[in-house]
Amino acid sequence: MTTKQHIPVVEKILSANDRIAVQNRAALDQAKVFSINLMASPGAGKTSLVEQTVTKLNGQLRLAVIDGDIATSLDADRAAAAGAAAVQINTGGECHLDAVMLQEALPRLDLSQLDLLIVENVGNLVCPASFQLGTHKSVLIASIPEGDDKPYKYPGMYRGVDALVINKIDLLPYVDFNMDYFRRGVEMLNPGLVTFLVSCRTGEGIAEWLNWLCTNIS
Amino acid sequence: MHELSVTESVLEITLRHAQQAGAKRVTHLYLVIGQLASIIDDSVQFYWDIVSKDTLAEGATLHFRRVPVELKCLECNQTYHPQQSDFACPHCNSTQIKIISGEEFFIEAIDIDQ
Repeated sequence: MTTKQHIPVVEKILSANDRIAVQNRAALDQAKVFSINLMASPGAGKTSLVEQTVTKLNGQLRLAVIDGDIATSLDADRAAAAGAAAVQINTGGECHLDAVMLQEALPRLDLSQLDLLIVENVGNLVCPASFQLGTHKSVLIASIPEGDDKPYKYPGMYRGVDALVINKIDLLPYVDFNMDYFRRGVEMLNPGLVTFLVSCRTGEGIAEWLNWLCTNIS
Repeated sequence: MHELSVTESVLEITLRHAQQAGAKRVTHLYLVIGQLASIIDDSVQFYWDIVSKDTLAEGATLHFRRVPVELKCLECNQTYHPQQSDFACPHCNSTQIKIISGEEFFIEAIDIDQ
């Protein structure tokens, strides 16, 4: 005989991902590696910020970069050229990294020989926000040419991050970008968010960004 | 477009709870999704028909309960549903706000045949 039953579940849909993220965090903590999840739209300057960071901190810290991309190893090649241990994850069409992909990539690095791991996510302002990786901090890069309306259009991404890097500020004189409007949108979603104004091209503001990173590591 | 990963997670959770309850078949799923979650219902439905095939949950009906965004102004304490993408308080224009709902993303319940 068949009986019908209503079963309460109340479980977060991405709970399986979140459980793996907790394992990733434990592995990183055990090896005393500080890690960041670097997110942004395509072309905002993720790899440029990675290059600046690796070049400037090389010699002081032991760095590695895990690069997520749909295909190609162009970004990992740039990180390696700058002097980091670099691992490429090709997501094969997936628009984001998830905790399982990071878990599979971690054994390709010798964590015991690292101080800082930068995970460069797939260029996208929607999907990466939903998937915890287990990294210690999430960092978003916004760039001036993208426009000042992005916090209003992609609230999920601005909600969940621990620091914001506004890149390409050298282009401010040439682009219609209302900084007050932009920062108002950010403030509503993420009050008091740590923010850095930088230009990866000129190097402006990079020192403050590196200082924040190093403060978190020590 | 991360609906495929999302749908696979929905199936994993559903089958785990269904098996624990000794289900022969899952007939309905009740999903609660806040308006701020970037998920397209039709896409989840599309993938659901594919990933649930040959499982206990094949053919189960998906029900989506969309939770509207509700905000609270920290200056004047009023709660409101924002119009369009600007979250500022419509009463006092403050940008000191708190998100009360709209970020939900979970499976509330399933119906099974035992």
